[in-house]
Amino acid sequence: MKLDHLNGGQQLAVKYYTVAISLFVAQIIFGLLSGMQYLYPELLFGMLDFNVTRTVHINAMVVWLLYGFIGSVYWLLEEESETEIVGLKLGQLAFWVLTSAVAVVVLVFLLVQSGPGDDFTRWFVNEGREYIEAPRWADIGIVICMLVFFYNVAATFSKGKWSGISGVLTLDLVALAGIYLAGMFYTPNISVDQYWWWWVIHLWVEATWEVLVGCLMAWGLMKVLKVDRKIVTTWLYIEVALMFGSGILGLGHHYFWIGTPEYWLTIGGFFSALEPIPLVAMVVHAVYDAGARHMKGNNNPALAWLIAHAFGNFFGAGVWGFMHTLPQINLYTHGTQWSASHGHLAFFGAYATIVIAMIYIAVPYMRGQKGLGSNLPDGGWKWKWSLGLLNMGVVGMTVALLISGYEQSFIERAVGGSTWYGYFSAQTHPWFIQGMEWRMIFGLITSVGIVLLVWDLLTIGKGRVAQEREQTQAVA
Amino acid sequence: MNNATPWWSSEVFWKKTAIWVTGSMFVVLIILTLDSIPKITAGSERVPAYSVINKHIDYKFNDERNIQVPLIGGEDPLFGKMLSEEEAEALVSYGKKITQGRNCMGCHTLLGNGSYFAPDLTKAWLDPGWSSEEEREEMMIAFLMDPVENARSFGSGRMMPNLHLSRGEAMAVVAFLKWMSSIDTNGFPYNFTVIDKEG
Ligand code: HEC
Ligand code: HEM
Ligand code: HEM
Ligand SMILES: [Fe+2]
Repeated sequence: MKLDHLNGGQQLAVKYYTVAISLFVAQIIFGLLSGMQYLYPELLFGMLDFNVTRTVHINAMVVWLLYGFIGSVYWLLEEESETEIVGLKLGQLAFWVLTSAVAVVVLVFLLVQSGPGDDFTRWFVNEGREYIEAPRWADIGIVICMLVFFYNVAATFSKGKWSGISGVLTLDLVALAGIYLAGMFYTPNISVDQYWWWWVIHLWVEATWEVLVGCLMAWGLMKVLKVDRKIVTTWLYIEVALMFGSGILGLGHHYFWIGTPEYWLTIGGFFSALEPIPLVAMVVHAVYDAGARHMKGNNNPALAWLIAHAFGNFFGAGVWGFMHTLPQINLYTHGTQWSASHGHLAFFGAYATIVIAMIYIAVPYMRGQKGLGSNLPDGGWKWKWSLGLLNMGVVGMTVALLISGYEQSFIERAVGGSTWYGYFSAQTHPWFIQGMEWRMIFGLITSVGIVLLVWDLLTIGKGRVAQEREQTQAVA
Repeated sequence: MNNATPWWSSEVFWKKTAIWVTGSMFVVLIILTLDSIPKITAGSERVPAYSVINKHIDYKFNDERNIQVPLIGGEDPLFGKMLSEEEAEALVSYGKKITQGRNCMGCHTLLGNGSYFAPDLTKAWLDPGWSSEEEREEMMIAFLMDPVENARSFGSGRMMPNLHLSRGEAMAVVAFLKWMSSIDTNGFPYNFTVIDKEG
């Protein structure tokens, strides 16, 4: 595809978006495999065991979302700073380095899989800590590529102009990268290990990522709905205050049972219970803006996915998170399918949605058009169906996992006392198995949705240039 | 000009609020971290020293706290061998590195965090599945070295794959599991039945 008409940052963004969507597909394939291994435990047993398929599933997710975020920021960089990106060549180099590193890490996960209990394994094979399994050399590579990205962002804004959105964004990126360092050391002490591990995981998804997508949302609403910058910026500050105000100490909801002192039960319970508030504020914001403009924007798929983000974030993180965040409940739900239920709806609802929205914002520009209105030649059935199927699939999986999670928390956790036998008495219960079956059925629906999504992104708006020109003339 | 926009909807007000709130929350987190880390350092009350593997470990109901808490008893050296603090740390650390290198967390939860495909290992050392305290050590080693041959699965068909642990590696893993079971986890897991106990 010819992309010369795009600005430098946007050309970089297209690269990142392409890898993001490819990894999204990989994530789903390995998710399907992990899910199947619950129902057919002999599937790939001894070859591609559950720990391998699952690790690829969640790491592909983390990486594609990060690629989506980087792409989104590069996409808006020149427009928001009103100048040219300072380090295009460097940015391109970093893209290729990062992408090769990701490819090597995935291949090692699949082919080498594990190693002996020595430092070599942690440096070059697998670190064995959920979400950040990537070996240490890759951590360092990632940090260097992130520094290049950060340089491009900060230096471009400094050369051009700063705005409320870019200020929040840049500071947030500092925090996001800094927090990653908390996961980069070894300790024999599992309590200390998990204490810092949660800094990375929680302070990413419930603080810095949340603020990052707040910036993207603010920019997206201005772009798609032409909302006033002043209003959007004020909302952004309100959201930052509420999100960091609750999310930073909300970290305590992971410090109930890992050896940490009892005061975390109170602090973690209290502050994490406040975390849904900013998420409600975001729904109000998005829905109000969309309503005030009678749902009329210049890009219907993007608008639909922005609204899906607002609701997905609220339900997945806010409601599903709140349901198990009080220690009185978490004692029984901790580490059960409840967590998986919440994890799926939250990551999809809060993050996958907004990356997809940002990609839809980019698509018409890539094809040299103004927008994606309601006048698509085929009625836009592909984006509508993929939107419907993806959301229905993930919500269906979430509900199925929740039912299994309820059963597990009663039978294994409360009654069975979480012993080996107690664990399996819950896993073999028909209600649990039914939940796993429905998860697969909705997982397949999700997969159809993603096939349509890829197809749509590759084709939407193609060959519409002439038609569009006529219309703009008619309007004029 | 001062009442063009009310103070509560002005951009500057919220900008300042955002900065102050974020800054103070972060400071509080740092203070709490400075308090918590010493309390979870090995050798503290809540997280015993690695040499606790020389002792008998139990998990008993505590009336005052209304939860089960680990109870460190008399001498009960792992594999019949008393270890110095350094030796114990080295062994537990080796065990932990093996759990990371083999990605046990890709199937199991440790302290409730990880994956949900296999039982939580927080109190695996105390699990009644190991028959009795006399047979426990050998059974654990046999299981870890060949989980397929020694599979239980309880009718689920789900097995742990053979991760090719040597005897030495399995012993280190058991040391790590024994040490982990001594951590005071505020009563998680709830209602756990301990080995060698009649309900
Ligand atoms: C591919 C998934 C997988 C991996 C990886 C894995 N396990 Fe397991 N593990 C299982 C399953 C499934 C069971 C239940 C086996 C059974 O009942 O026969 C199990 C059972 C156990 C048990 C007994 C259960 C209990 O409650 O005490 C222990 C101990 C254990 N594993 C330790 C480990 C250690 C240590 C590692 C890493 C070196 C590990 N496992 C890696 C799947 C796995
Ligand atoms: C978009 C934001 C969020 C994302 C992506 C997210 C994702 C996740 C994931 C993946 C886990 C499982 C972690 C693991 O593997 O061990 C988790 C755990 C948890 N989340 Fe969230 N979450 C978000 C927001 C929230 C919010 C707002 C709350 C509370 C109101 C919350 C409460 C919890 C709790 C209590 C757990 C611990 C579960 C357990 O004990 O096993 N989350 N979250
Ligand atoms: C085809 C659809 C999918 C299937 C079948 C699937 C299946 C699975 C399975 C089996 C696990 C392991 C859970 C466990 O340890 O028991 C898992 C974990 C996870 N998946 Fe998926 N998944 C799918 C799609 C997705 C999507 C779209 C997302 C988010 C964008 C996602 C995010 C996650 C997360 C965050 C975890 C870790 C949860 C935790 O540790 O609590 N998955 N998935
Ligand atoms: Fe959290």
